[in-house]
Amino acid sequence: MKPQRKQDIILAGVGGQGILSIATVIDNAALREGLFIKQAEVHGMAQRGGAVQSHLRLSKDRIWSDLIPRGEADMILSVEPLEALRYLDYLRPEGVVVTSSTPFINIPDYPDREGLLARLQSIRGSIIVDSEKLAKDAGSSRTQNTVMLGAASRHLILREENLLEYIRVLFAPRGELILEANLKAFELGRRAAGF
Amino acid sequence: MNKEILLGDEAVALGAIHAGLTAAYSYPGTPASEIMEYLVKVSQESHGFIASWSVNEKVAYEEALGVSFAGRRALVSMKHVGLNVAADPFMSSSLTGANGGFVVAVADDPSMHSSQNEQDSRFFAQFAQIFCFEPSDHQEAYDMTRQAFDLSEDMNIPVMIRLVTRLSHSRSSVSPGEPRRPNDLHFGARQCWTLLPANARTRFRRILDLQAELIQFSNASTFNRLELNPKNTRLGIIASGIAYNYVLENLHGAKEKPSILKISTYPIPEDLVKTLVGSVETILVAEEGYPLIERSLKGLFGIAGKNLVGKLSGHLPLSGELSPEVVRTAVDLKPLPQRQLGDFKPAGRPPQLCQGCPHADTFNALKKALEGHERSNVFSDIGCYTLGYYPPYNAVNTCVCMGASVGMARGGAEAGIHPSIAVIGDSTFGHSGITALLGAAAFNTNMVLIILDNCTVAMTGGQPSFASGERLLKIIEGVGVPKEHIRVIEPLPKYLEKNAQVIKEEIAHPGISVIVAVRECLEEARKKRKR
Repeated sequence: MKPQRKQDIILAGVGGQGILSIATVIDNAALREGLFIKQAEVHGMAQRGGAVQSHLRLSKDRIWSDLIPRGEADMILSVEPLEALRYLDYLRPEGVVVTSSTPFINIPDYPDREGLLARLQSIRGSIIVDSEKLAKDAGSSRTQNTVMLGAASRHLILREENLLEYIRVLFAPRGELILEANLKAFELGRRAAGF
Repeated sequence: MNKEILLGDEAVALGAIHAGLTAAYSYPGTPASEIMEYLVKVSQESHGFIASWSVNEKVAYEEALGVSFAGRRALVSMKHVGLNVAADPFMSSSLTGANGGFVVAVADDPSMHSSQNEQDSRFFAQFAQIFCFEPSDHQEAYDMTRQAFDLSEDMNIPVMIRLVTRLSHSRSSVSPGEPRRPNDLHFGARQCWTLLPANARTRFRRILDLQAELIQFSNASTFNRLELNPKNTRLGIIASGIAYNYVLENLHGAKEKPSILKISTYPIPEDLVKTLVGSVETILVAEEGYPLIERSLKGLFGIAGKNLVGKLSGHLPLSGELSPEVVRTAVDLKPLPQRQLGDFKPAGRPPQLCQGCPHADTFNALKKALEGHERSNVFSDIGCYTLGYYPPYNAVNTCVCMGASVGMARGGAEAGIHPSIAVIGDSTFGHSGITALLGAAAFNTNMVLIILDNCTVAMTGGQPSFASGERLLKIIEGVGVPKEHIRVIEPLPKYLEKNAQVIKEEIAHPGISVIVAVRECLEEARKKRKR
């Protein structure tokens, strides 16, 4: 397989689930590997418990648009199953969906959970991970985002050691326990995705 | 220096620091807040300059103007609607001119991700007849900010940097240059800065006379790029700011590339536009915001013999932000194949008040107090509490601009609304509510103002509020509200009945009342615990 020159990723979740932390780790790992990056994110009013997404673009060549064009994304990486579906039209036909199966229910018309999972499973090449359980196993329910980063790691064009390095940079200032939980969350996510 | 990953906002901030900044001022507002957030963070580490939140954008603008008068370099930053608030000093500062470099960074929010309207600040730059830079990427945001300070000092004018959400809130790498030291103190000339009619006429003449020079500067700017393709006389594209990225995203690999003019500075570089227009049959104008360039080209009668397309012709949308897809359609390319959702429509997930938010408890008490009142209305304002519009609260019926609730409640009361209630946050009250309350108190208007004091500017990420706590109570009393009608409640579920009773009592009072609902923002309390 010839090495990919670029990777466009839609990061999805609900405000407060930590998708920007995932983005920070990927951004810095990519910069270390000499890639161009652009990463569009959501701030302000929309963050208050609403649907949030980040367009993350990595490339060996110059990147023009800050937004990923619909049909161009190589991956949807979501911390929440409904949010994984919201941006499906961004995905290229051969793209992958890596998503948590743990719903975040803060709206009255949240769809039936089984139906939602069946729909995700029907997407060719989808990887569905129980991030809630794995985060608890890792020692902190707040590490679901890192579980999902681990689950996506083998599909990223970045080296795992660089991802791990920036997990350390990001979480070390928050204390040894939080760092250890995140490192373990990454590992559990990676294994759950079948690697 | 090494490459750094920065938000577009942060690239502007770093450019200002490296240009030899003495002081920067701002009021929080999405998508501009991160300019000052970054400056505050760096100033706390290095102490080389002042970075300060202000009471509102007008005050911030005037504070920065004072720095420029003193010969030192100043940055003032705000969101697009903030420039409406600062429009008074902004318009007249084009007459005073700048002494020390003076840069106004304004972030527009097309699509209204976090705003009550979408407006295009390039029109404000045109209105004041000053120079404006519009970066397309992060490196340009950094480089243009540095150049804006140089230009401001060379031409003695304020210079605008116009950003949009997609650049403000996108991250990419920036290679910074060598920092330069700040200016020494040197005073502005009093005949330039005292806008008495006699002086002002001279100063206005000066900015008019400067226009030709500004256009020449624009023509020569290396930020504007004309790439002519003599083989393609059919189509030429004029693209500015972030729209240029969408054009190149779609066309950078094309075999028959059209001629492309990138515009990044205003006044419009007329010579470059003439060259492009002279070389092609159809001109497509792609710009984020209003059709400023397109309208200038079109005039009343269009360009004879040419086909001009863009937002005015319907080839691009007039509202909302552009995207790679809408520009793709405008350049006549087929959409990319994409995954389909079929008949599945994901349920919407709009923003909402946090679980346990104090505003929710105030709204619940207010709704209880208003039961049975058929001619009541709640006027609201700009902040998290505007989300009280949505179910399950359905508690508020207006939101216009910073501070509008107070004046509207007075007008509403005088038009026959009773009870006429205004709901405003502590920082928004400090920003623009105080003067309106001064009026309502002077006339003892029959209305109730509820100030939601959560001790912070919550919506934009927890910046300091200047009208909170004890100071807030003194302000209310100071503008003339009778002490017995200034009531304080604690919005908690357990005090629902008690709080509703307080509101009922003040509704019954036939004059001005202010109720302050005090409880700290949950998000801020959580952040403090983390620290």
